[in-house]
Amino acid sequence: MTRASFILRGALATGALYGTTAVAPFVSQALASTGGGDAEILNFALTLEYLESDFYTVKGKQVGLSGQAKSYATLFGAEEEAHVSALTAAIRQLGGTPVAKPTFVFPTTSESSFLALASVLENTGVGAYNGAGPSLKSKAVLASAGSIVQTEARHAAAIDLLIGKSPTPNQGFDRPLTKAEVLAKAGPLIKA
Amino acid sequence: MSNPANDQSVPQPAGIVERLVRDDVDRKRFLKMAGSAGAASFGAFVLAACGSSSKTASTAATTAASTSSSSSTGDLAILNYALTLEYLETDFYRGVVASDFFTGKVGGLIKEFGSQEMTHVEALKGAVEKLGGTPVTAPEAKFPIKSATQVALLAYTVENLGASAYLGQAPHIQNAEVLASALAIHSVEARHAATLGTLVKKSVTPDGAFAVPADMSTVLAAVKPFLA
Repeated sequence: MTRASFILRGALATGALYGTTAVAPFVSQALASTGGGDAEILNFALTLEYLESDFYTVKGKQVGLSGQAKSYATLFGAEEEAHVSALTAAIRQLGGTPVAKPTFVFPTTSESSFLALASVLENTGVGAYNGAGPSLKSKAVLASAGSIVQTEARHAAAIDLLIGKSPTPNQGFDRPLTKAEVLAKAGPLIKA
Repeated sequence: MSNPANDQSVPQPAGIVERLVRDDVDRKRFLKMAGSAGAASFGAFVLAACGSSSKTASTAATTAASTSSSSSTGDLAILNYALTLEYLETDFYRGVVASDFFTGKVGGLIKEFGSQEMTHVEALKGAVEKLGGTPVTAPEAKFPIKSATQVALLAYTVENLGASAYLGQAPHIQNAEVLASALAIHSVEARHAATLGTLVKKSVTPDGAFAVPADMSTVLAAVKPFLA
């Protein structure tokens, strides 16, 4: 028996609790979140990316951030804008029509409330992409979505660390979100 | 996996990934068989979406992905590959925790990450069994544990590699449940990587807006030095 397998054997009880059983309910949730074809799913993602990029690039400036919060907002804002461009192009490539940029309203006036909302948005983004992933028909689109969600997860962890929260709020397995769950978080921020 | 997988050269599940890590010839044969060449080029879609003109590469990636058979053989190989990487991560964190280099908040995070990798191991073993396969055994690993700085940098490297490894496999997974599980793990590896990035004062998004995938061959070559 190897050292690693010995340790694992000792942790079997933990694994049984948090391993497969922890994933199972989330899987059915991810699979339940089907919402039309790839272009429609990408348009939903595009709306979220518009929201995130507007939040960092416009609201971030209004709030007046400093230090690490400011540099994260600048970096992440640029990365969300790149996601907007990529998704817009991908939707066109699939023969779809990219949604127009909505108007947003963010209920935040301070750096701390800005960062708290950033945490919600980034973590919601991760759950949204993970939830939609298995519904994507095109493997190329899936690869692209995977590439984006990894970046969202990195943003989420960095923001959460900055505000003293756990960088892994869902422990070992990120919880996929249904479209309805994402809308419950993001919907109130969309004005028109 | 493509049709050659049906002949007598089907790899034995137990230990195959570990053997692949050690043996270049085996690895090349396996990768050829598994049709993993597509993994190397699938980032092309993102580039194409960004306005680059790499349409040919994009088409190639799509074709490579769609020519994989829908049998669970490919998924099993991917899961056992992921399991091997999770074994290695678990072993690495075990050594880091034992070293006592990190205390306080950072020490707590390191411990937490280690136990999360352990839950990945258990989940992957469960998934392999559910598909009717045999989980690979843990490889004997040996990670250098020399100083807090060296270990933190290695952890950052290991987690970035893990995240790119999952990203590299996602488009090759056939079973939707397996894919959902892999995605749930993938973003956690990304969170680990970003956290360690802040610790070692390196970028939390080293690839920029679009994380870059790594194919099996690249990842296995990268972990090879750590096998005992």
